[in-house]
Amino acid sequence: MMQFMLLFSRQGKLRLQKWYVPLSDKEKKKITRELVQTVLARKPKMCSFLEWRDLKIVYKRYASLYFCCAIEDQDNELITLEIIHRYVELLDKYFGSVCELDIIFNFEKAYFILDEFLLGGEAQETSKKNVLKAIEQADLLQENLDFQIRLFPGMMSPNVSSESSGLFQK
Amino acid sequence: MPAVSKGDGMRGLAVFISDIRNCKSKEAEIKRINKELANIRSKFKGDKALDGYSKKKYVCKLLFIFLLGHDIDFGHMEAVNLLSSNKYTEKQIGYLFISVLVNSNSELIRLINNAIKNDLSSRNPTFMCLALHCIANVGSREMAEAFAGEIPRILVAGDTMDSVKQSAALCLLRLYKTCPDLVLMGEWTSRVVHLLNDQHMGVVTAAISLITCLSQKNPDEFKTCVSLAVSRLSRIVSSASTDLQDYTYYFVPAPWLSCKLLRLLQCYPPPEDGAVKGRLVECLETILNKAQEPPKSKKVQHSNAKNAILFEAIALIIHYDSEPNLLVRACNQLGQFLQHRETNLRYLALESMCTLASSEFSHEAVKTHIETVINALKTERDVSVRQRAADLLYAMCDRSNAKQIVAEMLSYLETADYSIREEMVLKVAILAEKYAVDYSWYVDTILNLIRIAGDYVSEEVWYRVIQIVINRDDVQGYAAKTVFEALQAPACHENMVKVGGYILGEFGNLIAGDPRSSPLVQFNLLHSKFHLCSVPTRALLLSAYIKFINLFPETKSTIQEVLRCDSQIRNSDVELQQRAVEYLKLSSIASTDVLATVLEEMPPFPERESSILAKLKKKKGPGAVSVELEDGKREGGELNGGGERGDTPAMSASNASTPSPSADLLGLRPAPAVGSAPPSVGSLLVDVFSEGPAAASAGVNDDGFLSSAPPPAASEEPAPPLPEAEDLLNKFVCKNNGVLFENQLLQIGIKSEYRQNLGRMYLFYGNKTSVQFVSFSTAVSCPGELPTQLNLQTKTVEPLIEGGAQVQQVVNIECLTDFIDAPLLNIKFRYGGALQNITLKLPVTINKFFQPTEMVSQEFFQRWKQLSQPQQEAQKIFKSGHGIDTEVVKAKLLGLGTALLENVDPNPENFVCAGVIQTKGQQVGCLLRLEPNAQAQPGEQMYRLTLRSSKDTVSKRICDLLSEQF
Repeated sequence: MMQFMLLFSRQGKLRLQKWYVPLSDKEKKKITRELVQTVLARKPKMCSFLEWRDLKIVYKRYASLYFCCAIEDQDNELITLEIIHRYVELLDKYFGSVCELDIIFNFEKAYFILDEFLLGGEAQETSKKNVLKAIEQADLLQENLDFQIRLFPGMMSPNVSSESSGLFQK
Repeated sequence: MPAVSKGDGMRGLAVFISDIRNCKSKEAEIKRINKELANIRSKFKGDKALDGYSKKKYVCKLLFIFLLGHDIDFGHMEAVNLLSSNKYTEKQIGYLFISVLVNSNSELIRLINNAIKNDLSSRNPTFMCLALHCIANVGSREMAEAFAGEIPRILVAGDTMDSVKQSAALCLLRLYKTCPDLVLMGEWTSRVVHLLNDQHMGVVTAAISLITCLSQKNPDEFKTCVSLAVSRLSRIVSSASTDLQDYTYYFVPAPWLSCKLLRLLQCYPPPEDGAVKGRLVECLETILNKAQEPPKSKKVQHSNAKNAILFEAIALIIHYDSEPNLLVRACNQLGQFLQHRETNLRYLALESMCTLASSEFSHEAVKTHIETVINALKTERDVSVRQRAADLLYAMCDRSNAKQIVAEMLSYLETADYSIREEMVLKVAILAEKYAVDYSWYVDTILNLIRIAGDYVSEEVWYRVIQIVINRDDVQGYAAKTVFEALQAPACHENMVKVGGYILGEFGNLIAGDPRSSPLVQFNLLHSKFHLCSVPTRALLLSAYIKFINLFPETKSTIQEVLRCDSQIRNSDVELQQRAVEYLKLSSIASTDVLATVLEEMPPFPERESSILAKLKKKKGPGAVSVELEDGKREGGELNGGGERGDTPAMSASNASTPSPSADLLGLRPAPAVGSAPPSVGSLLVDVFSEGPAAASAGVNDDGFLSSAPPPAASEEPAPPLPEAEDLLNKFVCKNNGVLFENQLLQIGIKSEYRQNLGRMYLFYGNKTSVQFVSFSTAVSCPGELPTQLNLQTKTVEPLIEGGAQVQQVVNIECLTDFIDAPLLNIKFRYGGALQNITLKLPVTINKFFQPTEMVSQEFFQRWKQLSQPQQEAQKIFKSGHGIDTEVVKAKLLGLGTALLENVDPNPENFVCAGVIQTKGQQVGCLLRLEPNAQAQPGEQMYRLTLRSSKDTVSKRICDLLSEQF
């Protein structure tokens, strides 16, 4: 079972955290700090797995973002690597060429998509179509009178950086 | 351009996030957040009722602030309100907030559960899923109590939508993991198992996780799942890559489901039904065959998914451990991966082969890859891969290749990463012992180990070599000769001195015939190392000396002279002083016969599990134990414990708790002393008391005592720490033993020892009066932040101390992370009716967790430069308190726990030291430089002390502590 998933940037900023085991906020912060440091210190060609405490860490970098999962001893590293990839595909499909900024500004969507895909640390639905269908159905349920405002470009410009490069464009 | 193109735009939220991102500093960010929090608070408290949209927006902002790492202490009620909104997006945000920020506020839980209940019974699948996600995310006991009965019904009901079933299955899994007692499957069992047959692949994918977990706990009730799983797997494995539509991932049919099916089968033994078993073997063969087929895609996702299934299949083959053909095929496949260009595959192949090595069918096949694995150990660029290679070498080692593997591991140790050295040392020591055919090889190997990686050779390792030498008389002469030669090296590790001291003290006579190693030469060699060693080693050497007096009467006068000199007999360390005094006395008054009896050769050690093995098990967790047991089985239990052939029980896992070996070897701890070790400090303090009855009776002066500690008799609150508590603490920074506190009534002695991040402190409370102390109680407490940094455990002491008697208390200490404050020790007792209430600081300081690190000049300065950020350095310039005496300074620095590095600083006047602070969470490397100006006039002499470490708080604290010592 996956115990948690963390998304963080090359600068070490946490973008998403999902915990499947009960931990105190303090412990969560400590784990995050330690893992972000460990993973960022690793060189690009190194292997995607490492032992950490009594868990296995599986991580992969997509453009400016690191996706990092902690799984248990008997869990399968390679299939976890593909869990990460499928999640990136889902984000990519939903946002249309996803980049880090999408996840920053629509963090709640990133959580909703993850909940459709993984639940309680296990894969719930691995079909891309089915996950996206569930999310789109939910989007259709929303009220039309809501403020459908596109952000004007200027709002994002001060920080034009790797954060706006698509996760799939390496 | 990123934009909120889908879903509901919350403009206020986007503006807020932009603002935060534009903040130039942490302070600006906090300011902006505080402004927002104030705004939200006033909106929530305002008279005007907020509409759903605003509520959602503000709750979402709070969530964002929380996820940035700030505390949120309001808004929960508004979030709960959103749960009952009939607008989906509002409900969704409400649930997200609850999932992330739930606290066990019982009032709120009731309201949340109410909302969930409504959604579960709404028959709207989207709402039901939201509610189930929330239960699965929170997974609290309260929720289990409310819903554990309802969810199985939803899971198996005929009219439940597939998506709801999927969520219900995993929701139930989460509740089962939290509260297995509340989730009763009973009547649902068979229907849940049959979800494996569900037409919807997503339902199977979700349900199988639940079934696997339940099968592990109740294998018999769920065993019908085996045949269902096999047929499902068979259908997937034989399907064409397009058959499963969207469940095909990069041309691999249903990889997640396949892995989960293979995982479920690992909960059971091989199927008994021949047809089922045949079908399964066919599946496994197909999976192995597919690995040899050319890839259908060049994408890494394709090969990862395919290999994920392959590794899971190999895990199942190893689990069954009954199909020699499959085991050998698996081994060959892994052998191919060992040379694959993908680092990930090499890593996994090494890991998986480790388990294959313990199967009798594949052990030999694994061994054929030895050269590749040795090569991996030498050339892999990633330490985690090298670690796997070392593990595999250890697992594949047997009598036929032990010499080669041990030699390779030893040569790797010379350059191995610090993080894995200690484990490597343990492994080498175990293999050398286990497969030693001739014991001279064993002794050579262990001494090499100490020479190459002395700092990482733990006590267990050198205790063990001594145990074995003592138990095997055929190796004693060789051992004596070899340690004698090893000690000739100009710089030899302290552990070498310990082994040398012990072995020469026992068996020096075996080489004394050679004039090049005559008794006096042996003694002088040992004594030349004495001054460079720490207190425990010196104590051991003193015992070796007294043994020399027995072995070689001609050395008596020389040794007595050494014992008699002030630096021994008046040594400030009680243990050394006592040994010197007692040994001197013993050697001068005891007759030769008595001496020979007291100092007789050590008796053989009792057979028992190697303490090193126990240590490795502890380090590696229970997983490693099974490998050991397998090894033991294969080798027919030929673990070389000592004289007799060891029996397998010596290796049994249940036997893992060996008595602390130091107690029998050295008698340094207050345990019954063995052999030459003197009665330990416990009795020492009594001796001190009995010597001073005058002092004790003069001290029975309540008024005098009470004036310094004036708590009113009625007060039961611990007194504030004594004004001198800090000074008393400072006395113990560079030493571990001594008298912490003394007044006319009470003396408190301390003896402590530390290893890695653990410590043990013995407190001796001596009653100096002739009247008993009643209601005697002590309490150790951690003020401020300390409870999260130090873990202290102690037992209560007897409430009564007779006049002149002494009680002992043990405090176990675990350092979780670095710390500044000292724990407090409060002592309360009644003496003649008056309550005594004293609070002291327990001398546990961060430097106690130092592990010394030896390094050469170049390495030192390289690291020194790496730690060049201003906050990593702490510096103090201070006046010398007692003049500058090089020997005293050295002793203090050694006492601090660091390694004193010679010939490192270009200025020979300066002292440089290095050490690593060991805490549970991390290791903090520390470098120290102390520059005296000895040329200055007495009274004007100054020191400049500089500390650099990877943690600012550590640099500062050690600088503060040490600057008080000179």
